[in-house]
Amino acid sequence: MEAAAGGGCGSGPPLLLSEGEQQCYSELFASCAAAGAAVGGPGSGPPEAARAVPSAATAAAGPVADLFRASQLPAETLHQITELCGAKRVGYFGPTQFYIALKLIAAAQSGLPVRIESIKCEVPLPRFLMSKTDAEIRFGNPTELHGTKVQIPYLITEKNTFKRMDDEDKQQETQSPTMSPLASPPSSPPHYQRVPLSHAYGKLRSNTEQMHPAPYEARQPLVQPEGPSSGAPGTKPPRHQASLIRSFSVEREPQDNNSNYPDEPWRITEEQREYYVNQFRSLQPDPSSFISGSVAKNFFTKSKLSIPELSYIWELSDADCDGALTLPEFCAAFHLIVARKNGYPLPEGLPPTLQTEYLQAAFPKPKRECALFDSYSESMPANQQPRDLNRMEKLSVKDMADFPVPTQDVTSDDKQGLKSTADEALPRDVSEDPATSKDSNSLKARPRSRSYSSTSIEEAMKRGEDPPTPPPRPQKTHSRASSLDLNKVFQPSVPATKSGLLPPPPALPPRPCPSQISHLRVNSKRSAQRRPPTQLPNYGDFRLQKQSEQAPEAEIHPQLNRAPSQAAESSPAKKDIPYSQPPSKPIRRKFRPENPATENQDTSTAVGGPASAATVKPHAAVQKQSSKQKKAIQTAIRKNKEANAVLARLNSELQQQLKEVHQERIALENQLEQLRPVTVL
Amino acid sequence: MAVCVAVIAKENYPLYIRSAPTENELKFHYMVHTSLDVVDEKISAMGKALVDQRELYLGLLYPTEDYKVYGYVTNSKVKFVMVVDSSNTALRDNEIRSMFRKLHNSYTDVMCNPFYNPGDRIQSRAFDSMVTSMMIQVC
Repeated sequence: MEAAAGGGCGSGPPLLLSEGEQQCYSELFASCAAAGAAVGGPGSGPPEAARAVPSAATAAAGPVADLFRASQLPAETLHQITELCGAKRVGYFGPTQFYIALKLIAAAQSGLPVRIESIKCEVPLPRFLMSKTDAEIRFGNPTELHGTKVQIPYLITEKNTFKRMDDEDKQQETQSPTMSPLASPPSSPPHYQRVPLSHAYGKLRSNTEQMHPAPYEARQPLVQPEGPSSGAPGTKPPRHQASLIRSFSVEREPQDNNSNYPDEPWRITEEQREYYVNQFRSLQPDPSSFISGSVAKNFFTKSKLSIPELSYIWELSDADCDGALTLPEFCAAFHLIVARKNGYPLPEGLPPTLQTEYLQAAFPKPKRECALFDSYSESMPANQQPRDLNRMEKLSVKDMADFPVPTQDVTSDDKQGLKSTADEALPRDVSEDPATSKDSNSLKARPRSRSYSSTSIEEAMKRGEDPPTPPPRPQKTHSRASSLDLNKVFQPSVPATKSGLLPPPPALPPRPCPSQISHLRVNSKRSAQRRPPTQLPNYGDFRLQKQSEQAPEAEIHPQLNRAPSQAAESSPAKKDIPYSQPPSKPIRRKFRPENPATENQDTSTAVGGPASAATVKPHAAVQKQSSKQKKAIQTAIRKNKEANAVLARLNSELQQQLKEVHQERIALENQLEQLRPVTVL
Repeated sequence: MAVCVAVIAKENYPLYIRSAPTENELKFHYMVHTSLDVVDEKISAMGKALVDQRELYLGLLYPTEDYKVYGYVTNSKVKFVMVVDSSNTALRDNEIRSMFRKLHNSYTDVMCNPFYNPGDRIQSRAFDSMVTSMMIQVC
C-alpha cells in the first residue's frame, strides 16, 4: 500500500489507498498509459501493478480525459479535480496525480466535495461508464445498459466496475466458441487488467448476486485462452491500445468495422453462425427454405427451456409470424435460446443484431472460413452430416444432456471465477484457462454431440412431414355395392383360369332374372357341347323348372346371390357360373344326386327333377339329356370349383382391404385425438 | 377504446380476458359471460346459411346504460368480445370492425407459434401489447 504519494505532489495529505483501490487505480493507470503510448519515465507503479505489466510513467492525456469523462461528472468538477491532483501543475498525469484524481472522482461521485482533503476519506471506487474495451464485459441487464447511467447498486458496495455500453443491448455470448482469434485481446495487459476486475466482480457477485458481472468474468477467462492462441503478439498491443481508446470513449461506435465483438451478447459470431446453419441444414436441407413450426418446435424443445420461454423466443424470432423459420430467423431463435440457457434474460424486443435483415446482410454466405473455426468446421460440414449422425447416435443417449451440461460448466466456471479473491484470481485464471479451453473444446465438441441424435432428427423430420395423405380411395375392385367392380376383379383372373373354357357370351341384359342367368348358365354349359340356339327348347324347360327352385335355393345361397346376381348382369357367362345363384340351381338340380346335403330335396326330387324335366321334354331326349347332364354336371363341378377358388381369393382380398381400412381408420382417429383442442373443462 | 377485451374459445371458456384496471373486473367478466348467449344466438340465427357466408363481425350484441358489447366470431368458433364504454363519442362501426380485425390478426399470429397449444391461455406478449394499445387509446 502506498503510504505517501511519491513524486512531485507535495501538497495535500498523503494519498492512502486501500488495496482494492490500489489495484483499480493502477490498472486504470496502466490502461491509460498504454493507450496513450506511454512515454518512458520512472513509474513508481504500485507493487501489484508490477505483476505482469510494464508500468508506464505517465498516463496520456487523451485516455485520461476520456476516462474522466466516463465518470459522468460535470466538466467543472473534472477541471477541479484535475487541478487539485496536480496534473496541471506538473503538466502530466503521473501515477500519483492519477491516483489522486481517481480518488477525487470517487469522492465526487459519492457526493463529497472535491477537495484535497477528500482523498483522505474512505470512498468507494470511482465509477466509469465505458463504451468498450476488449477486455470487456458482458453485462446482464439490457435495460440498465442502455442508459449511460452507471449501475449504482453494484458499485456502491465495492469495486470499480467497468461498464461497457454497447450499441446494442447487451448480453453477450458466453460460449467460448464465440471468440475468434481476431478478437482476442493481447495476453498480458488485459490479463493483468482482468485480474483486478475479476476480483472486483468476484466480490460484487458474492454480494449482490447479480448475474451481470458474471458473464463478464466468464468472458475473461474465456477470452484469455484465446489470447495465447491468437495471432502474433505484435498485433496485439496496437489493437489493445486501439480497443482501450475505444473503451474509454463514451460515444457509441459503429460496430461494423470490427466484426468480432466478443462483448455483445446478441451478436452472432462466425462460429455460432456456422453452427446454427449446420443445425438448420440438419433439419431442412435447403438453406433458403423454411423450417416448419412443428419441426422447429421439436428441435427447440430439446433445449429444455420452458414452453412459455420458448414461445416468447419464437415470438421474437419469427418476424413475419408465418409459423415457419427462415435461416436468419432460425439463427436468431437459436441464439436467443443459447443466451437464455446461459442465463441471460430475454430481451423485450428482438435486438438489432438478431433481426432478419441484419443477419442476412451480415452473413450473406452461409459458410465463412474462420481460423479458429477450421478445425470445428471440418467436423461439421454439411456433407459430413451422416458421419455426424453416426457420431450423434453414439452420443444419442446424452446428446441433450450435453447441451445443458457444458453450459452449466461454463456458468459454474463463471461463478467460480467471480467468487475468487484477487490472490486467487490469477492462478484461477490460469487454471481456468485449461478449464475453459477444455470447455471451449467441449463446447465446440458439443455442437457435434448436441446435434440431436439422428433418431430425433428423423422424428423431427417425420413430424415435419405433412399429415399422412388420406387413405387412398378404395380400389374400385371390391365394393360390395358395385357389381361392376367385381367384374373387373374377376375379369383378369377369370380369363386366366378359364381361358380355354368357354367363350364369353354376348352382353347380358341388366339384372337378368334368374331365368336368364340360368339360361346363360345352361347356355354356357351347353355351349361346350352345342351352340346355344339349339338349346332353346330346353331353356324354357329349365327356366320353368329353375324358377320353381329359386326360392329354396335362395335361402341356401344368399351370399352368393347377392353379389353374384349383380355381377352376373354384365359378366360373361362363365362369371355367372361362379356366383350366380340360378346357375347353381341347375347345378344343384343336376347335382342333387351328388350334393344331397345342400339340398332339402332328396334324391327323389333330384330324380324327380330330371324326371320332371324329362316329362316336359320328349322322352326320347331324356337319355341324351342325362348324358349331357352328366357332362354338364362335370363342367359345372369344374366351374364351381373355379368359382370357389375365385371367391376365396376375393374373400381374402376383401379381408385384406378391410384390415387396411381398419388401420387407416385407427390412424385417423389417433390424428383426430391429437388435433382436437384440449378442453379446459 | 375498449374497456374489456375477451377471447373465448370454441367451448366457451376464456382464452384471454383483460379489463381496464380501473373498473370492477368482475362486472366485466360477467358481462362477457352473458354476452356469450347473445353470440350463440346470432350464430345460430345465421347458421342456416353456410358458414362461409356468415359474417365474422357480429356487431352490437347488446347495450347497457354504461357499456356496449360487441362481438366477433371466427370461422373456428373462437369469439372475440369487446366491451366499450358508452360515454365515448360513439365509436363508428368501422372502427370497431378494424379493432376486431387487429385482434383477429394478432390471434392468428399467436396461433402460428408452434409452442402455443390451441386451447391454452394466450400469454403472448405481442398480443398483450396489441390489446393494451387498444385499451389505452381511449383513456
